[in-house]
Amino acid sequence: MLLALILIPFLAAIGILGGLPARLTAVIASLANILVATYALSCPACSDGFSLQVLADPKINLSLGITGISAVMLILSVIVTLAAVYSGKCPEGREKLWFSSTLFIAAGAIGAFLSTDVFFFYAFHELALIPTFLMIGILGRGDRKEAAWKITIYLAFGSIILLAGLLMATMHTGSFAFSDLAAIPASEQNTVALLLIIGFGTLVSLFPLHSWAAPAYASAPTPVAMLHAGVMKKFGLYGLLVIGMKVAPQGMLHWLPWICVLLLGNIIWVGLVTINQKRLDLMLGNSSVMHMGYIFLAIAALAANPANSIAEPAAILLMFAHGISIALLFSLTSLVEQKAGTLEISQLGGLAKKAPALAFLFGLAGMASIGLPGLANFAGEVMVFFAGFADWTPGESMGWVQITTIIALWGVVISAVYMLRAFRNTFQGPLVKATENAADIHYCEKIPAYILAATLLVVGIYPKIILQFLSL
Amino acid sequence: MQPHFIEFITVGFGLILLMFEAFTKGNKSQIGLLAAAGLTVILAMLFCPAPSCCPVPEWMERFYSDDQTARFYKIIAVTSTILVLLMSVDFSKVLSKFTTGGEDDSATGEFYCLPIFACAGLMWMASATDLVSIFVSLELVTISFYVMVAFMRRNVGSLEAGVKYLILGALSTGFLVYGIAWIYGAMGTTDITLYSSILESEAYHLNYLLFGIALILLALGFKVGAVPMQLWIADVYQGAPTPITAFLSVASKAAGFLVLMTIVSPFLAADATGSTVSAILLIMAGATLLYGNLAAISQNNFKRLLAYSSIAHAGFLLIGVATQDYDAVSFYLGTYLLMTFAAFFVLALIRSEEDSDELEAFDGLGKRNPLLAFALTIAMAALAGIPLTAGFWGKFLIFKSAIANDISWWLLSIAFVSVAAGFYYYLKVVKAMYWNTAKDSASITVPVITKVVLILLTAAILILGIYPQPIFNLLGH
Repeated sequence: MLLALILIPFLAAIGILGGLPARLTAVIASLANILVATYALSCPACSDGFSLQVLADPKINLSLGITGISAVMLILSVIVTLAAVYSGKCPEGREKLWFSSTLFIAAGAIGAFLSTDVFFFYAFHELALIPTFLMIGILGRGDRKEAAWKITIYLAFGSIILLAGLLMATMHTGSFAFSDLAAIPASEQNTVALLLIIGFGTLVSLFPLHSWAAPAYASAPTPVAMLHAGVMKKFGLYGLLVIGMKVAPQGMLHWLPWICVLLLGNIIWVGLVTINQKRLDLMLGNSSVMHMGYIFLAIAALAANPANSIAEPAAILLMFAHGISIALLFSLTSLVEQKAGTLEISQLGGLAKKAPALAFLFGLAGMASIGLPGLANFAGEVMVFFAGFADWTPGESMGWVQITTIIALWGVVISAVYMLRAFRNTFQGPLVKATENAADIHYCEKIPAYILAATLLVVGIYPKIILQFLSL
Repeated sequence: MQPHFIEFITVGFGLILLMFEAFTKGNKSQIGLLAAAGLTVILAMLFCPAPSCCPVPEWMERFYSDDQTARFYKIIAVTSTILVLLMSVDFSKVLSKFTTGGEDDSATGEFYCLPIFACAGLMWMASATDLVSIFVSLELVTISFYVMVAFMRRNVGSLEAGVKYLILGALSTGFLVYGIAWIYGAMGTTDITLYSSILESEAYHLNYLLFGIALILLALGFKVGAVPMQLWIADVYQGAPTPITAFLSVASKAAGFLVLMTIVSPFLAADATGSTVSAILLIMAGATLLYGNLAAISQNNFKRLLAYSSIAHAGFLLIGVATQDYDAVSFYLGTYLLMTFAAFFVLALIRSEEDSDELEAFDGLGKRNPLLAFALTIAMAALAGIPLTAGFWGKFLIFKSAIANDISWWLLSIAFVSVAAGFYYYLKVVKAMYWNTAKDSASITVPVITKVVLILLTAAILILGIYPQPIFNLLGH
């Protein structure tokens, strides 16, 4: 059952390379995946784990299973995949590359989240590497070549450091199964935690290892940007929660001050950088880097006190919400570019008059992204801030996490500044040359946007729909 | 049949084929197909279990072992020889051009026979357990290679490569003999199987021994392409006929590593010499990794790039040898065969079609022939060590034993930087094929042999990338 979730997009991608009609196959595969995922989640008994031993010594299994967090990540992956195959404008004649790469990336992401074996958890993540490289390099925008090299080398380097950390973490038990992960001897925890923080941190674009992210997302074709910013990036956070906290809790505590300072780098430094962006896609790329800071804050709260019961759900809910909202924003940005022909914020204006539906959806996504109540991100962010103070009793002196939380709160203001300004400059005010003849989005283009927007609303109003899986 | 007959059969087959070639006219590349067919039979024999009736005779036992590891390396040797022969058949156009000036292929017949002798030498090396038999078999291989490297006699590059290989090869042979003499002097025997007990009894002279080992490490460094004996690699690889480059890069390297492991394993396991030998090996590994990867970054010639990448891989393998994880090394070499041959098959074809080894010749290959481009992408991904390809497992296992053995941090860092550098230069090839546009956009037709072999190799890389157990089964696990 679970294997099908990986095989459907994977085989569909191969089929597309072999000559199947590209768009149709991709849509069918991603719809099928949503159905299979729904079935697997609604009936835990019939989605029993899958396990195949691929190597006897060291013992490595291709084993899949659904735990609380991976259920949420699975939902995120299949929803964003469906939206991604609908989004963006595929250049004539490149359908094979476009849709097969999208599906390969999706298969890798789903595989990584479903794996319950460290080896395959790592291996599936890398499946996205070459499709991403090719997609950005061939079909990207702007400085596509530089961006493609940058993301590839950064991610390759991050992964290899991560590999060292994972190998050290599993060395003592000799088993790669998630269920056998256990705290390693205290003498090695600091090293392992450092390797994992740097390795996973690079993949999540933790400050100061973040500089690959914004240019790559800005120049990537829309589906790649959506899947990468929305789904792949959560791999690192997922890894820190599932592996890092388990094998090296004291190590994470040891590096807590560093995590706090770096995550503030994400929120404040990158936040200010975001305000300064002149292009819509670069702004979104940077904002996605910035928002990783909040999730790291939840992880920091968990590292400070592993018994903190809000921190983990907070991180997961925000990962989910951010994934959906950033995917929606990238999808809509590509529509803005198609309608207005440019993404330079200074050359846009008044688009709402011509394209009200687009403006509404973009507004919704933007509001979600800055944490307006009623939308999914708000629930996540509030929980993160609560998690920051969960251990603190009034009157006590504040620890690293509390001080960081207070500073991080200012990030909300920063997000509001750049997002509202971008919205105003793009959609409001008088019509300008670029937007004079813009048309509104048509029915087909609305589908992915409505799927994502509806998810944001539903989860925002009733976050338990996501949080319930965490008790799985 | 006694196990060691298989080498005799191979040599005999080579001799018969050589005679047959001399007395027949007509298309010489059919000799290549015949040779490949004969070796396929020998390969099949290697998969049969050793018959219990007739073990290795007593007089031979000292020189010859027929264990599972030896078999594995014989399979590598025979498989790569078959692949070399098949590649040569599709490469015959270039061979004829540089032997008779392109009039006919009458001077290429020996080219299909010589690999068989090298193969017999490689097989013998796999079984050799005595310094003398190691030396003799190694010379059989090396001398065959001298001829093959310089085979394209009207090509200055090939001749230059032949001379370089000859001079440096002779030098390394000198080191090897001298090293063997010192070890014999220190230990009193050339039988490697006795070394561990001698090392335990401490009836040897440590300094003489270490000097001998150092000389042997230098000589084998030449074989496997490790610093400080790596200088010949780039020029010889570039000048030699492409199938022979592939042969050098895979079979010769694999046999070199097997011999290295056979010789150093008793010394690595002993307390007195273990730390010194592993320190030397690790320093060699670090230098090899740095040299190979840094030099590969700036290459614009695909053949030279593969040459430096082969040095880089030797660095990873040396880490495996130093940490005594011999299974990981053998596994790595097995997968290295698949991915390197896939790359060389594409290269040989491009060389015949475009008359160029430069990366520019690969521009736009994704449009000109999607199959070639896809196969080469998989091969490059595997060489770079991207997960879910066979190449990743090798690196994974080496890193695992490196970390488990607590090797020093600076070496581990060099290895990590090397992997990241590898991503760059291997993806440069992928970039040329897909990002760049071709000057000549005519599509390329792939000959049947190359096509079938490429599909098989690519499939093997991908399947072993998910399920690597078959190689370990061959190794006897």
